[in-house]
Amino acid sequence: MVHDLSQTAAPAAATWHPATTESRGSRYVLIGITLVFLGLFLVLPLVSVFVEAFRKGPAEYFTALIEPDAQAAIRLTLLVAAIAVPLNLVFGVVAAWTIAKFEFKGKAFLTTLIDLPFSVSPVISGLVYVLLFSSHSLLGPWFKSHGIEILFAVPGIVLATVFVTFPFVARELIPLMQHQGTTDEEAALSLGANGWQTFWHVTLPNIKWGLLYGVLLCNARAMGEFGAVSVVSGHIRGLTNTMPLHVEILYNEYNFVAAFAVASLLALLALVTLILKSLLEMRYGAELRAAGGH
Amino acid sequence: MALGFTLAYLALIVLIPLTGLAWRSASLGWAGLWHVATDPRTLNALKISFGTAFVAALINVFFGVVVAWVLVRYRFPGRRIIDAIVDLPFALPTAVAGIALTSIYAKNGWIGRWLDPLGIKVAFTPIGITIALIFVGLPFVVRTVQPVMEEIRTEVEEAAATLGANRFQTITRVLLPGLQPAILTGFALAFARAVGEYGSVIFIAGNLPYVSEIAPLLIVIRLEEFDYAGATAIAAIMLLISFAMLFIINLIQAWSRRRYGYGT
Repeated sequence: MVHDLSQTAAPAAATWHPATTESRGSRYVLIGITLVFLGLFLVLPLVSVFVEAFRKGPAEYFTALIEPDAQAAIRLTLLVAAIAVPLNLVFGVVAAWTIAKFEFKGKAFLTTLIDLPFSVSPVISGLVYVLLFSSHSLLGPWFKSHGIEILFAVPGIVLATVFVTFPFVARELIPLMQHQGTTDEEAALSLGANGWQTFWHVTLPNIKWGLLYGVLLCNARAMGEFGAVSVVSGHIRGLTNTMPLHVEILYNEYNFVAAFAVASLLALLALVTLILKSLLEMRYGAELRAAGGH
Repeated sequence: MALGFTLAYLALIVLIPLTGLAWRSASLGWAGLWHVATDPRTLNALKISFGTAFVAALINVFFGVVVAWVLVRYRFPGRRIIDAIVDLPFALPTAVAGIALTSIYAKNGWIGRWLDPLGIKVAFTPIGITIALIFVGLPFVVRTVQPVMEEIRTEVEEAAATLGANRFQTITRVLLPGLQPAILTGFALAFARAVGEYGSVIFIAGNLPYVSEIAPLLIVIRLEEFDYAGATAIAAIMLLISFAMLFIINLIQAWSRRRYGYGT
């Protein structure tokens, strides 16, 4: 870079800056804009959740959390995540394995299909299941006659959650596996390992951090999903209310402290997710970046 | 076998339900779709959804690029924490964001109480909707632009500087055009997400028909009225408009990538 000699001699050297960065003043302004913008739009709402939750003191806060409907909502949210996340984990690994390690026609179409839930409104994701299982539909009456409730019951909530969360694991793993190629697997196979052994001892250890990363994001969305679940749940207190839906009901009843108390648990979940995610990125950043992750 | 499992799972979870939606919409016919689409309440809801999503995505592009630039180029205390916080909207459930933003911008809220004397109402107006959509869309812009900025080689900037460009010219004439495809992608992702957003919006929107009622909410209202045909038609129209807009953005992107582009 060109260094103006007249400036090195002068006391004005303090105002000199390399031509490939901005002046000190511009830098401070840009950092200032960033801090104020993120502070107003992201940090302030997060802080307000906890402040509102403790507005009437810790006693009210904990009362709101141990109340039976809140307990039922927490249990349902955990149950739904405990079903949806493992299902999508298995699907994500198998789908990524198929797409990354094999060549077949229609691969691009398959990848698009996997990304689809990200570009569809959560309300529409819920709507498709209502259309499929309502009493006027093709499948609804059949399930009803066999005594299986799907809509406005737990199976519907699980289905909607599986739909909105299934891209997370697959999306994280596809670029990672494509980047790693198939040489390790070929070596294992040529040494006499069978397909299952190859997967268990070679492929899985290679992808474990990417897998954990995907599961983390999948779980956060599964526990926090609102739109899709809201459409299929029927909002039956103590039965089909997940935590986000319970927050909505309490809020609409002007029971703000209780609403923010339950919301604070979800905010804690978000914070834990962010911390674990940052730790993963810090420790295994190179491996995850190979995946071209976010 | 793995392919079979993947296809079966996708068919069960995605294809069959979506075919159901398509079949339902088709059974309405063009006349039925047109009837719902030209209903004034539907038209207003679509206008509000796409309008606020567009404005929010524009604002996110501006601030998102600044945030990404600051995170990539500058070193200052707390940078790592700020980098992590950008992902908050991905992790925080939308309903929680919705009630938090509403409490902040309500008349007696932390920010609302300063805006109210000025005659600015945010909560329960389209401005409130836009703020919620800025919240959910921001990480899409930052996380799309950031990795591309990291790959810019400083030689390009040095060349511009030695050729006599000042810093402002280097940024606006050399760096930003190269970032254009990434910025467009970020815009498209933030926009697509905002159009369909429901949870964070319904609390702050006030949900007044014709004024602050978004299209996803109208779908929910039609469903609660057991008007499945109406709900399906609005959903189909939303999907059609979204796909058309994403298709146009893809075309612009292909064009701009040919012109400039860092090969992303």
